[in-house]
Amino acid sequence: MSSLFSISFVIAAVAAGAPLLFGTLGELLTEKSGNLNLGVEGMMYMGGVAGLAGAYYYEQAAGAASSGAVAAAIATVCAFLAAAFGAFLYSVLTITLRANQNVTGLALTIFGTGFGNLVGEAMGNAAGGFVAVSQSTKNVFIGGIPVLKDLPVVGKLLFSYNYLVYLGLALAVALAWFLDRTRTGLDLRSVGEDPGTADAAGIDVTRYKYLATCVGGGISGLGGLYVVMAQQQGVWVHDCVNGKGWIAVALVIFATWSPWRALVGSMVFGGLSVLRLYMSWGGNRLAPIYDIVPYVATVVVLIAVSIRQRRESQPPASLGNAYFREER
Amino acid sequence: MSAQHIEHKEPLLRLAKRDDIARPKAWAIRAAAILLALVTGGLIILALGHSPIEVYGSMIGGSLSKGRALRETVKKAIPLLGTALAIAPAFKMKFWNIGAEGQILAGAIAASYFALFWAERLPKTVLLVVMAAAAVIAGGLWGLIPAAFKARWGTNETLFTLMLNYIVLGFVKYLQAGPWGPDLNPNGYPKIPMFAEAALLPKALGVHIGWILVLALTVLMFVYLNYSKHGYEIAVVGESVRTAQYAGMDVPAIVRRTMFLSGGIAGLMGFLQVSGASGSLTENTAGGIGFTAITVAWLAKLDPFVMIAIAALLAVLEKGADTIQTIYTIPASAAEMLTGIILFFMLGCEFFINYRVILRGKGARK
Amino acid sequence: MGTGNYAIELRELTKTFGDVVANDKVSLALERGEILSLLGENGSGKTTLMNMLSGIYFPDGGEILVDGKPVTIRSPKDAHDLGIGMIHQHFKLVDVLTAAENIILGMKGKGRLDRKAVAREVRAISEKYGFEIDPDQKIYDMSVSQKQTVEIVKVLYRGANVLILDEPTAVLTPQETEKLFDVLRSMKADGKSIIIITHKLREVMEISDKVAVLRKGQYIGTVDTADTDPQRLTEMMVGRSVSLNIERPKTEYQDLRLEVKGLNCRRDDGVKALEDVTFQAMGGEILGIAGIAGSGQKELLESIAGLHKVESGHIFYYPPRPDSDLARTGLHVPTDKAGEELVGKTPTQIHQIGVSLAFVPEDRLGMGLVADMGMVGNMMLKSYQSGKGPLVDRKAPKALAEILKDELEIATPSISTPVRRLSGGNVQKVLVGREIASSPTVLMTAYPVRGLDINSAYTIYDLLNEQKKLGAAVILVGEDLDVLLELCDRIMVLCGGRVSGVVDAAKTTKEEVGLLMTHIPTDREEADA
Repeated sequence: MSSLFSISFVIAAVAAGAPLLFGTLGELLTEKSGNLNLGVEGMMYMGGVAGLAGAYYYEQAAGAASSGAVAAAIATVCAFLAAAFGAFLYSVLTITLRANQNVTGLALTIFGTGFGNLVGEAMGNAAGGFVAVSQSTKNVFIGGIPVLKDLPVVGKLLFSYNYLVYLGLALAVALAWFLDRTRTGLDLRSVGEDPGTADAAGIDVTRYKYLATCVGGGISGLGGLYVVMAQQQGVWVHDCVNGKGWIAVALVIFATWSPWRALVGSMVFGGLSVLRLYMSWGGNRLAPIYDIVPYVATVVVLIAVSIRQRRESQPPASLGNAYFREER
Repeated sequence: MSAQHIEHKEPLLRLAKRDDIARPKAWAIRAAAILLALVTGGLIILALGHSPIEVYGSMIGGSLSKGRALRETVKKAIPLLGTALAIAPAFKMKFWNIGAEGQILAGAIAASYFALFWAERLPKTVLLVVMAAAAVIAGGLWGLIPAAFKARWGTNETLFTLMLNYIVLGFVKYLQAGPWGPDLNPNGYPKIPMFAEAALLPKALGVHIGWILVLALTVLMFVYLNYSKHGYEIAVVGESVRTAQYAGMDVPAIVRRTMFLSGGIAGLMGFLQVSGASGSLTENTAGGIGFTAITVAWLAKLDPFVMIAIAALLAVLEKGADTIQTIYTIPASAAEMLTGIILFFMLGCEFFINYRVILRGKGARK
Repeated sequence: MGTGNYAIELRELTKTFGDVVANDKVSLALERGEILSLLGENGSGKTTLMNMLSGIYFPDGGEILVDGKPVTIRSPKDAHDLGIGMIHQHFKLVDVLTAAENIILGMKGKGRLDRKAVAREVRAISEKYGFEIDPDQKIYDMSVSQKQTVEIVKVLYRGANVLILDEPTAVLTPQETEKLFDVLRSMKADGKSIIIITHKLREVMEISDKVAVLRKGQYIGTVDTADTDPQRLTEMMVGRSVSLNIERPKTEYQDLRLEVKGLNCRRDDGVKALEDVTFQAMGGEILGIAGIAGSGQKELLESIAGLHKVESGHIFYYPPRPDSDLARTGLHVPTDKAGEELVGKTPTQIHQIGVSLAFVPEDRLGMGLVADMGMVGNMMLKSYQSGKGPLVDRKAPKALAEILKDELEIATPSISTPVRRLSGGNVQKVLVGREIASSPTVLMTAYPVRGLDINSAYTIYDLLNEQKKLGAAVILVGEDLDVLLELCDRIMVLCGGRVSGVVDAAKTTKEEVGLLMTHIPTDREEADA
């Protein structure tokens, strides 16, 4: 057992935090458009299983000539598209057909969980047991930047991760820049705050909501990809996402809708989730108690935010409400 | 001025709100939605290499044929219906209680405590009543926490109740891994031992008597929501908190009371689950029921009697999926996916009940 | 037609909502450099018509011409591209963004957001027309008139040639209105065309070149302002000749009913709402309360009703004298001479100590009524607790609903039809009817005729006068000073949460009240209270 203050703890925290980061950034983007999509868990399953299927069937097709990098690229695209499709279903229902967001999000989670497990297990059944990707693909998801990763201390600390971790980091920076420094970002925020006003200002509210929700869903799906390919090493494990999507929903609140704080929060929550491996007391018996720390922390933030009532840390004002122009 | 505006064109589709739609027509639309959902599910079954008709046939056979199959289906419907009933008053108040899952577990834990430690000291009837009461109180308190914060500070209840689910689930796992698991279990397994006979609900017509309780609860909830002073208060608060305050209602108290009730009924379902359905507490005691029940309540438009039908439909799916797993080796997760598809279609079809879609050039004037 | 002379021309525009025809073949023309008043009663379809022009609604029939060419306006963006900008009655501004951010919202331009450049441009426009605006100020920190300025700059920034203003003066003081009119005149001189939606006849006469009148969704006609007068415009608007006089009946005696002493309270966001407010309200009189929107009117009424937390001060209630009409009805038996303290009591407690307090709040459907319930459900709102047992009694409220429906001629398909489907006037009749049915000794109303057609408005005035004659203390918060001056006995003016004066309505002038709305005379502050 390693110490809490070791490099390996930081690395483990980052690895555990990465899927949360994708889920959180995706949901954050979605919520900025005023849509509360409780289907993150479902979309992570969809992304995860589609990524695995993409990589696996590519390898089957390419045979010995298959490349780990290509497999990873295909997996990434598949994961993004599958989860974005889930978000698209949510968008059609809540934006166009005006269904309740909470209930639709839950339905998406139910559907996505079922879809992921069904396809994952059916793939296994068809392959006669279970599917597994090749070692070269696995290596891509083990990651590490050549040469740099061998540097003492900083090598392990900064350069030993797979491409998804760096992608997540880049996404967080990009999202922060997008929301604060671009006109499109400003328009998106106005849609989430006050769609009536955005509409009157000539912003296509429907288009923004669809795009933010679908892209956000796709980003969340990469979290599922990370779970399946990096954490489960390219094997479908029943119920593998296991509540990470819900933590992502929590993290958006924890981060009070800021991509920077989402980045920090994901790493903190990642750290909390591996904490039990690094604590010398309690052992397995207390493991479940460590697991609930992130949720307790979120509740505390939620309460603190509601008590402080700072204008800038409130949820987007129209969050959860549908918008129709021609209503009277 | 750009050229595109010169052409005079109506948008392709426009919408008009329907004020009233005939009930039969509304139900026909809903039936069509379910049918379409089953067709969509059928296509997926086809893609998996099976005949949809055969698979659906065995699902119905496996869930509704007399005897064991039907009893199992009823067993699955009980907590779904009961939890949907629990959610109804909260949702009517527009308090988005996504925490029934946790409230079920809270009730189940309290009931299990008495089942595990008091079974030998109390007569069966007393024990069961105590278990039920403890479950109601525990579930109610678990529901009361977010309500108290919502009432005082306006803390977002959707997210709060959601978080509480995972906290109590972690606690169940803790009990399972330690104090109530290996410490109690003679064989040292990390599982909570089966309850003694005294702590198990008696059966009626082959199913634990929870079904009678839940049906009675359906009628009571109908009366409560529609004809009681409490129900009126809930409706007013749900419609407008300002109006409720204006009418002199103590809104925080109503919110707390209603959530205690909501959580309490969910807690009671936890008791039925451990004492009636499985005979012990596990991390799967709630098993997503709290989430699925939300969709049941919503699709039923919070009408308790309609909830019976929807809970039954979802229970048939779930039990049917167990059957097809054994016959066709289709993973049981198919049930979840199919449930999701049905929910999508039913959520979507409400739109066509509430709105008229007008195609370009048609129905411009009545 | 088709001369191309008109900046905007509407031909036979039609719009229906469900079964309601909001606009029935309305035609209208606006020349360049002209200010046109669009006049009509509430519900006559003015806003709907303009919403079609600004792309919020799409017409069911008819066509729109801009500069003589037929156009399709499918969205607000289309309207912007055609140089049409609308300033809505309820401002379309995002609270958490700054003025500059709101102004550039939805506009094309470089992807990167250059806040400094935008601020420069905003300042340039402001200087041109004489606005005062801080581009970096957040909307939630702004006053109503500042927000309106942002709205106007926003429309100008987009290069609008046609400006539509929906009831722009409703929220302004007389002085701010004058300032706005100056701006409109300078924009007109700049060649812009302006449509101003209003129902205030005096403003129509002052600012516009032409007046177009709508009635019940129909286009009645357009006249040159110079050729008409308020009386004739009213006839066009209502369709028959109406007496514009409001009655002010005399009552035999007036007795002290409410005494408010040194009242202090804060708004929900912590800002001071009322400061040391002291006044008396008498039974048998109508006390008007004037002031700019948000000067503490809402908090004052809600404090009296027990709905708002009071920081310090007293509200004493004095029961009617035994010989007054109210006492004779036996509904209220006075107990002692000392006033009952209302501060610190909930509405239920106030009711329990025998105070019959009726309150018609400003927000009818969001506070006074339950929008989704029918008349029966709404009659129960304050009485549902009566009767024993856990179940509600529906018989009494049902009977009351039937009576009100007949007596006040409330147009509703049935007494169980959700009140949200009723017209504004009928909604108000349901609310006022219910409140009056409780035989109030104090009747408080906030903006009771806002959004009502003239007939309904006069019904409401009659009902208030009737309660006054019965001996109730009527407190009326109003916005239309002309109405307050005619209807009330005394007018108390609030300015920034303080009482700036109490005047005799029969002797004062609109200008005097207008001045008190923005200015607290230091020397006579206490003398008048």
